[in-house]
Amino acid sequence: MNKPKIPIKDGNVALLVGTRKGGFMLRSSHSREKWKLEGPFMLGAIVHNIILDPRDGRTLLMAASTGHLGPTIFRSSDQGGTWTEAARPPAFPKADSEEKGEAVSHTFSLWPGHVDEPGVFYAGTAPVGLFRSEDGGETWDGVAGFNENPMRRTWIGPAEFAPPGGGGLHSLQIDPRDPAHMYIGCSMGGVFESLDQGRSWQPLNKGCEADFLPDPEADFGHDPHTLRIHPLYPDVLYQQNHCGIYRMDREDGYWVRIGSNMPEDVGDIGFPIVLDPRDPQRVWVFPMDGTEIWPRTSPKGKPAVYVSTNGGKNWVSLHKGLPARHGYFTVKRHAMNADRQAPLGIYFGTSGGQVWGSVDEGNRWRKLVDYLPEIYSIVPVVFAA
Amino acid sequence: MNVMIPSQLRSYTHASRVECSGATLGAVLDELDRRYPGLRFRIIDEQDRIRQHIHIFINKEMTLGLHQPVTDADEIRIIGALSGG
Repeated sequence: MNKPKIPIKDGNVALLVGTRKGGFMLRSSHSREKWKLEGPFMLGAIVHNIILDPRDGRTLLMAASTGHLGPTIFRSSDQGGTWTEAARPPAFPKADSEEKGEAVSHTFSLWPGHVDEPGVFYAGTAPVGLFRSEDGGETWDGVAGFNENPMRRTWIGPAEFAPPGGGGLHSLQIDPRDPAHMYIGCSMGGVFESLDQGRSWQPLNKGCEADFLPDPEADFGHDPHTLRIHPLYPDVLYQQNHCGIYRMDREDGYWVRIGSNMPEDVGDIGFPIVLDPRDPQRVWVFPMDGTEIWPRTSPKGKPAVYVSTNGGKNWVSLHKGLPARHGYFTVKRHAMNADRQAPLGIYFGTSGGQVWGSVDEGNRWRKLVDYLPEIYSIVPVVFAA
Repeated sequence: MNVMIPSQLRSYTHASRVECSGATLGAVLDELDRRYPGLRFRIIDEQDRIRQHIHIFINKEMTLGLHQPVTDADEIRIIGALSGG
């Protein structure tokens, strides 16, 4: 497959870091060798996600709540210097009966809309819900085609069966060729596809295992942990699932468990999955111990990133610089991502508050910062000049 | 009436107590939200339920609902209850 070029953005990479106790920013030198920590933003707030609008390179959105207070969205247009609260954050409609009404626990993920839709953002929430803003994140409305879909509760399961944290809509991927073509990943629920900008949805889970469901061929009820489509080849989909690592070529409509090619003593359970924006065959994962009672830490205490350069046929450990033993990392689903520089920089944050980075595509890792709160998300960005 | 504001909400009010009025607790919170936009949603969810880790006392009695009548002689105390580490 030819490799079209993705332009390298002028400017220095910054990492937007969401943690259990606030937001932070790591700014790099041009070479990405030196990193400087800024923040915290909203110290004490639970920050699930911070994103930069890639269309203007200036607008930051931050999803925050606290142990006491309800969830909201903050916006900044001065690189985190000041933050303004959204006038109407994501919220479900008021129900007729108080008992039946759902309430957003927290916004789990934030996503910029299509490049041709400036000012549009999406938010995925817990409980599983999808919200859209058309005014740069100031006001949010539910995507009725999903939130009020009569099948939604069947797809995502009863509220009392939700996983710890309440379940969430963690992934939204928009086809760069068509803003109406969208995919979402819900934990629980599975992967769903819309061809009409969210007005209707269909499950897209064939081939994906669900060893916790009575029907192994179920159309929905699955547990994707992270879903990604390739930005240059949007018909190539990957997901790190509760039940392994999968790839789909959309025309096949069938998930193939490429994680079965991982070393047997490591397994293919994990939370994040990272795609090379220039090469649809290259993908990185961070395996965790998914045996017995699911410690969710690095297998055998040996943290390692695994890369495949051939679409998942083979996997190679990338662990230089990481602890050789006694490293019990957990990396959450939004806490590992790549920049778009060359060579590609890859970064992950741990539940122990460390940020690790590699500026040579995973070959050598370096700890960039220590002692942060539990890290929920890492988003590499380049601000507009 | 006096409304006691917990530390978690003082980024909105910049004060530990504010004067407010209304015939019910809900009306008081609506008025507070008009003066301090966003405050209400942080403590009351979209189904008009008081959020799990927020307690609201009217004088010395904890209330569970927004319909409770209040008078100017009452004191409303919003508390950020314990919510883990």
